Amino acid sequence: MDTPDSPTPPKKRWIGQSVTRLEDLPLVTGRGRYAAAVSFPHQLHMRVVRSNHAHGRIVSIDTSAARAVPGFVAVWTGADVAHIPPIEFRPTKIQGLEHYRQTVLAQETVRYVGEPVAVVFARDPYQAEDAADLVEVEIEPLPVITSALDAPGEFTPGRNTEPVIVRKEFGDLRAAFQSAHAVIELDLRIGRHSGVPMETRGAIGRYDATRDVLELHGATKRPHPNRDMLARLLGRSPSSVHLYECHIGGGFGVRGEIYPEDVLVCAAALKLGRPVKWIEDRRENLMACNHSREQIHHVRVAIDADGRVLALDDEFFHDQGAYVRTHGARVADGTASTLLGPYLVPAFRATGHFRLTNKTPAATYRSPGRFESTFVHERVMDAIAAKLGLDPLEVRRRNLIPHAQMPYERPMTVSGTPVVLDSGDYAAHLDKVLARVGWDALRADVTRRRVAGETVGLGLAYFLEKSGQGPVEGVRLTVDVTGAVELVTGAASLGQGMETVLAQICADGLGVDYRQVRVVHGRTDLIDYGFGANAARVTIMTGSATHIAALKLREKALEVAAADFLEATPEMLDIIDGRIVRKDRPDAPSVTLAQIAKELTPASAVAKGRTPGLTTDGVFECKHESFPFGAHVAVVKVDRATGGVKVERYLASFDIGVAVNPMLVKGQIAGSMVQGLGGALFEEFVYDASGTPLAVTFADYMLPNLSVVPDLEILLTEDAPSPLNPLGLKGGGESGITAVGAVIASAIEDALGLPGVVTQLPVTPQRLKAILNRAR
Amino acid sequence: MSNEMDIVLEVNGTQYPLRVEPRRTLADTLRDQCGLTGTNSGCEHGVCGSCTVLVDDEPVRSCLMFAVQAAGHKIRTVEGLADGERLHPLQQAFIDNHALQCGFCTPGFLMLAVGALEKNPDIGDDELRDVLSSNLCRCTGYQNIVKAVRAAALQMRAQTAGR
Amino acid sequence: MKPGQFSYHAPKTLDEAVTILGTVAGADGRVIAGGQSLVPAMALRLAQPAHLVDINGIAGLDRVFTDGGELVIGACARHAAFERPVIAGPLGILLAAVVQHIAHYPIRTRGTFCGSIAHADPASEWCLVAATLGARMVARSTRGSRSIVEPGFFQGMMATALEPDEMLVETRLPLLAADARCGFNEFNRRAGDFAIAMALATYRLDNNGRIIEPHVGVGAVEGSPRRIAEAEAALAGQQPGTAAFAAAAEAAALAVEPIEENAELAGYKRDVVRAVVGRALEMAEKSQ
Repeated sequence: MDTPDSPTPPKKRWIGQSVTRLEDLPLVTGRGRYAAAVSFPHQLHMRVVRSNHAHGRIVSIDTSAARAVPGFVAVWTGADVAHIPPIEFRPTKIQGLEHYRQTVLAQETVRYVGEPVAVVFARDPYQAEDAADLVEVEIEPLPVITSALDAPGEFTPGRNTEPVIVRKEFGDLRAAFQSAHAVIELDLRIGRHSGVPMETRGAIGRYDATRDVLELHGATKRPHPNRDMLARLLGRSPSSVHLYECHIGGGFGVRGEIYPEDVLVCAAALKLGRPVKWIEDRRENLMACNHSREQIHHVRVAIDADGRVLALDDEFFHDQGAYVRTHGARVADGTASTLLGPYLVPAFRATGHFRLTNKTPAATYRSPGRFESTFVHERVMDAIAAKLGLDPLEVRRRNLIPHAQMPYERPMTVSGTPVVLDSGDYAAHLDKVLARVGWDALRADVTRRRVAGETVGLGLAYFLEKSGQGPVEGVRLTVDVTGAVELVTGAASLGQGMETVLAQICADGLGVDYRQVRVVHGRTDLIDYGFGANAARVTIMTGSATHIAALKLREKALEVAAADFLEATPEMLDIIDGRIVRKDRPDAPSVTLAQIAKELTPASAVAKGRTPGLTTDGVFECKHESFPFGAHVAVVKVDRATGGVKVERYLASFDIGVAVNPMLVKGQIAGSMVQGLGGALFEEFVYDASGTPLAVTFADYMLPNLSVVPDLEILLTEDAPSPLNPLGLKGGGESGITAVGAVIASAIEDALGLPGVVTQLPVTPQRLKAILNRAR
Repeated sequence: MSNEMDIVLEVNGTQYPLRVEPRRTLADTLRDQCGLTGTNSGCEHGVCGSCTVLVDDEPVRSCLMFAVQAAGHKIRTVEGLADGERLHPLQQAFIDNHALQCGFCTPGFLMLAVGALEKNPDIGDDELRDVLSSNLCRCTGYQNIVKAVRAAALQMRAQTAGR
Repeated sequence: MKPGQFSYHAPKTLDEAVTILGTVAGADGRVIAGGQSLVPAMALRLAQPAHLVDINGIAGLDRVFTDGGELVIGACARHAAFERPVIAGPLGILLAAVVQHIAHYPIRTRGTFCGSIAHADPASEWCLVAATLGARMVARSTRGSRSIVEPGFFQGMMATALEPDEMLVETRLPLLAADARCGFNEFNRRAGDFAIAMALATYRLDNNGRIIEPHVGVGAVEGSPRRIAEAEAALAGQQPGTAAFAAAAEAAALAVEPIEENAELAGYKRDVVRAVVGRALEMAEKSQ
């Protein structure tokens, strides 16, 4: 906790407290300002005309009827934006993806239903929709690929629809399989689903000629990298492009990437000279915002007679949809690199076919790659138990990486960085989970009920998460002359509570009440850089930078107080609630941070040879990720007549290292667990054979509502702080979702007493009924 | 084609004289013409419940009602819940119990719960869960929403009893 | 997702409503009551009526009362009106049980019984009630009033015997005998969703405890809900209980013709029909 550059160790008063959120007051009083509430005088409304063919050649686009609609201002087709380069993806070592990027409007070919083909601008959103409905697009159909298992087809002449095969390998696979006691093979499928925030996307582009600044409102997640990309795509300098974050109605990975619509509102604001607003509707959202997750795995596992994994060989097919979007092949790569979860496996091979299909493009959704890989490794564990007649818990215990081997380096790299699991006693955590849930009694109860005729089952799944993607993050911290603290960060807020958490960290470091800290985020004009809010990184990266900045500012304040006010040395002083006091004589004269800030106004500061301002930057750099972990336990009851599944009991555990605000961490766990339940039982973007999406309303794309959600038990532990940052933090953003598909499958299978039959997510009633009918 | 109509909407006790096309939903009219942007539109087809408001004290989806239909009725939105600086017990309970994260669904849940609790302060647990199943939340997993509404119900009952 | 343009009419009397409907029916005019099905369809622009005749402002249309042997349900009676029994006896209890399955609370406060009947969604609970009990629908137009008895009213998915200029002014449900047993069951994935299949069953017992007057209806499977004669035949004259109920459920599962083209889904629908018919009958048995 203490660091050498701190003269007095700040007490941990706010970190660890479940304080209420700074964010909440405007949100409960209707003063939230989501993108749809952002308006500018004389703004135009953009409506996107989308392809209703999954694959085809654009023959003609007739806009004449649209032009006659009242309120119509302009219409663009591909030709009008042909000069704008396709949308970029993040830097990657994977070669060859650049040929598969999406242009902001389709040029000659459409590749998925929902692809933007034209845009209409009108004075009112109703009129814009009227006009867009009248744009007639003639498309000549081309052959459609709807499965990543289909043989790759032609993307463009000379390029097929498999841009890359992701490969990871270590150990002697051949020897392992040759010497194996047994080999297990599984075919597993994870359904296409996604984040689907309650707020659809929104973007408002505005050009301010007085400053020569292009503004994009409604940005989030990665404002700075997005600013840089927009600047490149539109041929501007990054400093003349400003992104503004407003309130964000949930992100979950899909929101805050650069999509065609973000570029279009900006280009239109420049070209048409008026602010341009686009608010996505839900139907569009379900077919245009990133999808995720869809993979098919053929996994082979070599085991010894005790159920230890000797080797795991997985060939999988990743359904990327129609284009390579901003994440490149990261989800496939991340899947491959996490297939072994928390287990010790001496030999490994992953072969990931990254394939394009004629469906909505895919990218990250909360716990990207890990929800998928955890389903695979936990199905494997259950299959080993079934094969050898062992207790599934015992199989997991035998394969978990021993605590003694921490930190544990896997013999592979991700994006060139070695995978080093930083801390954790996985087996001890399993014991805690079993004790908390009362496993033996639960097992006995389930057995008793099954004997009595109920189809009830108990499952457990273990998972390893990762968090805290670097490389660097920074904050600027300022105390003003009233003692108010402003913390400016390049990170973004998607509703997860980052303002409160950063304020708590700042409050402890500096010695103020967390409510004194105002966190400013998502403003590219106020801070030069930021790497965003993704991959469970904000608390770790921005939190650590905040801690560092707070200690620096504390030092500066103590130095001024000691010299100018209190006739002391800094070591003799402490800051309590914004007041600098003598540690030995708290009732002695003191000085406030506000007074110090006044003392540091430019004239007086310079006169005493000081740098003006009670302000400082804090920078935290970290090349390695940290790895939180946990386990889920579920009891489910199956309705044999309908195939329905009721989740009766659910416990989610998570070791976060250090919880800055346990209430908020538990909120992350609960929310992400229910999202996981969606992917396990309800949510699926189904397509028909022609590539037409069938889940384009909330009647068909089924988010869990309260009726299907059990009371959730949460076990939050802090046993394994990360050695990688000063506060021991790990990330909680993806904490509750990772193992849901795995544990639901496990519990259903236990209920049925039929090992190996649950191989596909989501486990819909129809699929489960088919399993039951086959078993009859 | 302009077939605009002159109507007066009464929202949170304030009269809003408006000229609207009949096709404008109540949700859009509250937001765009009354400037009451606290009511959020999450799906515009009546499933998510983000846009729930009270019409004559009954919770309704404001995306499934046209503004012209709401004229002459008493509309209440999230902006009208607090009494000046003093929050409604449900608002306070949502804060205290961490019943919101991104906050987008929150106004809808608040109005849904206010409507249900005003009508039946002694609402049972099963009925409450049924009511709260009406709206979608993507952040909280519902756990703390249930907790908050239960806590507020207790407090609202105590307040009623104390009068 | 913004509805297209339409002209709005808000008549104050039934006569006025029918007159307006008579003039706009030919120009794609439609009645709106609760709007909980129509407005989503308009938002998705699946429906783009040129005129809407809003009947919410007509006094007295929300009445629910008994008239002779019938329960009369007015055109604007909301779903929520049925949450407490509207009438003593089995019918009131049945309707209160059924209404819990209709969408969600804020939809039930606004949507109407007759609106569901006129909309004729295959998965509408009220349509199943009307079909199973043999409801009489009263339609009015400038040409006069007429009754349409079910079977004969529902004519496939979203189709009814109503003419475009006719307004459904009331639905009349035959009262159930005091000793009638009734049960309802539906299976859906989340509370409030459209059912995958639903069943309604009523019957009475003769002096020997054998089933008489069995009615078994199935909804959400075919284009319209309907009584399943094969299931009723399996019940008539039988002692109520597992054997008879299973036979009726099996008969219903075989008799229905799911509208799904997908054979797997159609087969699954039959499985669910078997389940819901059996459960509706079990509930009926326990209802007295």
